[in-house]
This record gives sequence, C-alpha cells and structure tokens, in this order.
Amino acid sequence: MTYALPDVHGHFGRYGGQFVAETLMEPLSELAQAYASLKQDPAFIAELDRDLRDYVGRPSPLYHAERLTARWGGAQIWLKREDLNHTGAHKINNTVGQALLAKHLGKTRIIAETGAGQHGVASATIAARLGLKCVVYMGAEDVERQSPNVYRMKLLGAEVVPVQSGTKTLKDALNEALRDWVTNVDDTFYVIGTVAGPHPYPMLVRDFNAVVGREVLQQSRERFGRLPDALVACVGGGSNAIGLFYPFIDEAGVEMYGVEAGGHGLQGDEHAAPLSAGRPGVLHGNRTYVMADDNGQIMPTHSISAGLDYPGVGPEHAYLKDIGRVNYTAVTDDEALAAFHELTRSEGIIPALESSHAVAYAKKLAPTMTPEQRIIVNLSGRGDKDIFTIAKLEGIELL
Amino acid sequence: MSRLQSTLSGLRTARRKALVPYITAGDPQPDLTVELMHALVRGGADVIELGIPFSDPMADGPTIQLACERALRHGTGLMDVLGMVARFREQNTTTPVVLMGYLNPVEICGLDRFAERAADAGVDGVLIVDLAVEEAPDYLPALRARGLDCIFLLAPTTTDARVEAIAREASGYLYYVSLKGVTGAATLDVADVERRLAAIRAHTDLPLAVGFGIRDADSARAVGRVADGVVVGSALVTEVERLQDHPDEIAARLESRLRELREALDSLTE
Repeated sequence: MTYALPDVHGHFGRYGGQFVAETLMEPLSELAQAYASLKQDPAFIAELDRDLRDYVGRPSPLYHAERLTARWGGAQIWLKREDLNHTGAHKINNTVGQALLAKHLGKTRIIAETGAGQHGVASATIAARLGLKCVVYMGAEDVERQSPNVYRMKLLGAEVVPVQSGTKTLKDALNEALRDWVTNVDDTFYVIGTVAGPHPYPMLVRDFNAVVGREVLQQSRERFGRLPDALVACVGGGSNAIGLFYPFIDEAGVEMYGVEAGGHGLQGDEHAAPLSAGRPGVLHGNRTYVMADDNGQIMPTHSISAGLDYPGVGPEHAYLKDIGRVNYTAVTDDEALAAFHELTRSEGIIPALESSHAVAYAKKLAPTMTPEQRIIVNLSGRGDKDIFTIAKLEGIELL
Repeated sequence: MSRLQSTLSGLRTARRKALVPYITAGDPQPDLTVELMHALVRGGADVIELGIPFSDPMADGPTIQLACERALRHGTGLMDVLGMVARFREQNTTTPVVLMGYLNPVEICGLDRFAERAADAGVDGVLIVDLAVEEAPDYLPALRARGLDCIFLLAPTTTDARVEAIAREASGYLYYVSLKGVTGAATLDVADVERRLAAIRAHTDLPLAVGFGIRDADSARAVGRVADGVVVGSALVTEVERLQDHPDEIAARLESRLRELREALDSLTE
C-alpha cells in the first residue's frame, strides 16, 4: 500500500485538521490551493531546486562516522549532515520553500515563531535575500538563552519580538505569531517552522524537508548499494524527523526512531515528550499528542534544548506512532549532553543539542545491531549556537 | 425552543437589541464569578458569555490572555466553570449562558461528559473558538443531543459558501467578528460591518451578534443599529483587571458599565 496522507482536509487518521478561529480558515484554504498548484509548476520547482543547491548548499553529505562506530560497537553510524546547510540546520529547507510561496502569493511581509532561534535565523536569512520584511516572535525566556541567534536575526534585518505571555517559550511565540497573522492576513505570510499548525502547514513543511530523506535514499544506494536498516532523528515539532522519514514510510525494512526530549526524565513533569508521555488533544490548529493537565491546560515543558521545548508535536508523528510505523522514544538532558561531547571529541563535529538527542539514542541502538547493519542519524543542526548554554551548565564564563 | 432561542426571538419581537457581555470565569478569583454574572444581569445583560480559561488562547488579545492567566493562577478548570454556572442557576433560571473557550479542555474532559455536565449545570450554548465548521461534525451531535446551542464565529474573511455551511450547523445566534484581529483590538468600521451583515442575512435568519472592538456606549449604539446584538468583552475584562486588587468593587463597576451599554442600545428603539 502506498502512503498518501494527509487527506484533503489535512487529516492524518484522527490527527491534524484545521482547528483555528474562523478568520484564518479562508487564508488557509487559499494557501492550500496555491501550494497544490505551485508544487506542480515546473518553474516553481526549478526555482526551489536552484535555491536548495546554490543557496542552501544541497545535497548535504552522508558521512560515515567510523570512530563513533568503533567506540559504540554494532551497527555502522552514518550522519546526514544537515548541520552543513547555510544557517546551520535543516530549517532552511522549509523557509526557502515557504518564502518562495510567499513571493508567489504577492505577500510582502513574513512572520515566524522560533524556539532555539534556528528557524528565526533561517526566516530572517531568506527574507533578506528576497527583500521581504520579517518579524520573528520568540519567547522572552528563549531570547535570554539564545542571545547569539537573536543578534544574528537583527543583523539580517529582522525585528525580534520577545513574547512575555504564558511560559515565555516556543508555544507562546506560536500563539503570538498566529495573533499577528490573524491581524495582518492581507499582506503577511506566516512561515511556520515545524510540521505543526493547521493544515496545510504540516504537509507543506514536511514536503519541503523531505528533500533530506530523498537524498538519503539516493545516497544509500550509491554508498552501500541498499537501504539503511534504521533511521534516527530527534522530534520536537518533528520537521527534521518527518523530512528524513517520509520517503521511507513505505519501505517496510527500514526501522525508524523518533527521539523526544526526556528532560529530567519521563516519570516527572520536566520533559517535552508528548508522544512518549502525553495524550491526544488540540493545540495550535491541529489534533495531536500534547502535554496537558487533567483540566486540558497546556503544561510547561522542559528540555536542555530550546528547539525541542514544545508541548505538542506534528500530527503526522501522532499518526505514525498510533499505527506503529515509527518507534518514539526519549532521551534525557544528561544523555543528550554526553552524546554532544562524544560526537564532538570523536568526529570533530559539534552537533546542536537538539540533534544530540538523536545521537544519544543511536548510541543505545547501535550495540543491539550487527556491524553489517547501518543506522542513519539526522544531524539536523550544528552546535555553535549552544556553546554558551553548555559552558554555563559546566560553570564556565564565556566573554 | 431553547432558552437562548426564546430569549433572542423575544428581543426580536420587542425590536430590542441583545446585550451580550463576556467575562472570563475565575477572573480575578473563582469565588467572585457568580456574583459578577448576577451583576451583569442587573446591568441589563440578555445573554452571558462566560469564558473558559485556557493556557493558550491564540485568538485573544492581551486583555483576555491576562484574564486567563489570573483565572488559571487559582486553578480554575472546566468543571469549576460548570460549577459556577450551576450556582448562578440557583438564583437565575432565565438568562442564557454561553460558554466560550478553546477545544483542548473539552477534548481532555471528553466530549460526551462535557456535554452532559454542561447541560446539567444549566449551560445553554457553546462557542468553541478553534472549532471550524469543517471539523464540527465530530462534535455537534453530542452537544445538540444535550440541547446545547452551537454558536459559530463569522469573520470578514468568511466567504459566502462558508457562511452558508456555518449557518446550516449553527443555532442560537451567529457571532460576527467585526475585524481581522484578536479580541480587544481597537478599530471598528461600522459601514463595513453593515455591508457584511447584509450579505450574511442573505443566507440565514439566525440573530447576528457582533463583537471585537465594541468598548463603549457610542460603539455599541453604532453596531446595535445594524446588528441584532452586541458582544462586549475586553472592555469589561479591562475593568476587572483594573480592580483586581479591590475585588469587592468589581460587581458594581460591571453593573454600571452594562447599564450605559443597555441605555445606548435601548435608545435605538425609542
């Protein structure tokens, strides 16, 4: 059977859909129609492909981490190097695509929400290139912990708005961006940074990131003549994971692992792992797994990594969990931090703290497999932005 | 005919405009809400919209976000809100109460359980802000089965086809959002509202209430001229916010604000 979701209303099984205030329904419908026609337009496809090649730097390499493989024993570890993209993460794949959509729709202003700042930087970057006005909403707490990215966005000409409401993190930034969009819907395109939000966002963000999985399919055949045995990616909202997984969903021989932020451990409340320890609910325009209390209030989350610190998750992941196609698991802050150091020291690659969660799970998985098997880890971003966080955790004062 | 429908049709027969105040349940403290509801009725409310506090009210502006935060600091949950309505009903069996909120608390509570408890408490209608008509078929039967009216929003961006689809599913009244924006936004273009309402009336006989941007007697009168009812929310919640440290003064203040609005609307029919 061929996987062909979402349906026309944006449903992945019982998940997804469009749960927004009435004002946004027509703009969403216009966006879905525009996307449906543009994605088949040869000129649009050519423009996108050219940008991905010349501006983002695609294809990104598939790298055999031999020293890490030797350290851990078991399966061969291969890294999909999204950290080498322009702006340092997979996020740019999606912003390039959405910004082209914005341009084709005649919008002059883009807005974005950001957690770690990677999506904000990617949005500010493409806005600078296309001459669009850019406003980025960022939780006040994240502005504090990711100040280098805030400065980067400002250098690129974006306005960064610190969001003071709620828990002052990514979910509140998303609320604020939706409020901006509902107010300025005539001239503004909302560039959502992950596979969440109302339909068509989970679909189009997935499609723009699926270039990662398509490249891996081709690179696997070229490099080792067959498909990998396992794919591992971190899951916050889940855009890098779905980008890697999507082209492999029908390949039954490929195991897939989505790694959530286990924070201080799943037994308490201090984590950001709705698939592992949450429940189905409705947040930010779609039905999915959420972290909510018994009254339906969204709970504060915790992760060492700002980019995974989100109480919801893309609805397609909720579906893939329920049908058992993807295994969702979590690693703790400490495990991610240890993996961060291990990859840095053994391969000379400083990973983002988000991606370090995937690396940490690969460390558990590899010894359970044979040396003839291969694991591909999506190294979704580089860790330059995180060195301040890590220095602080280790009691080191920088600058 | 439901309590909501008979109230609104009575107003229509009397050629009076419906005054629909909104407050957030539990704001600034849960033990005050029932008293505030009675004060709204004394001031001239025809229908009360009672907000269910939610941690992520994405369609609301800062005023109602802060009201939610105040209510949630006291842990006001959905069942607490239903308890408030039940206590209100001990003394008032005539004023319809519409719950307004977001879907997640209802989902987590369970739709059937929510519908049953809400009806038992004396709730008359439900307006779920983030429940679009496309998703509504999964929800409406359970609400209707308990006699709850389902109120929907219409917006300046709503197309004629959507107006028709929404009018088919809605009962009680339709709530026209007067502007593109969040609750509490400032500007209101009455001529534009009038044009839009005329277009909507081509598709439905349901009463049309207008909200977003109505903050005083003048704007209420202007909108009342073209609508069947006016919804006043952020302007009242602002009063609650101002007096949050003097909670015993809030009821009287809301009552007097309502009276100004009532007189403004009644001046239209004299």
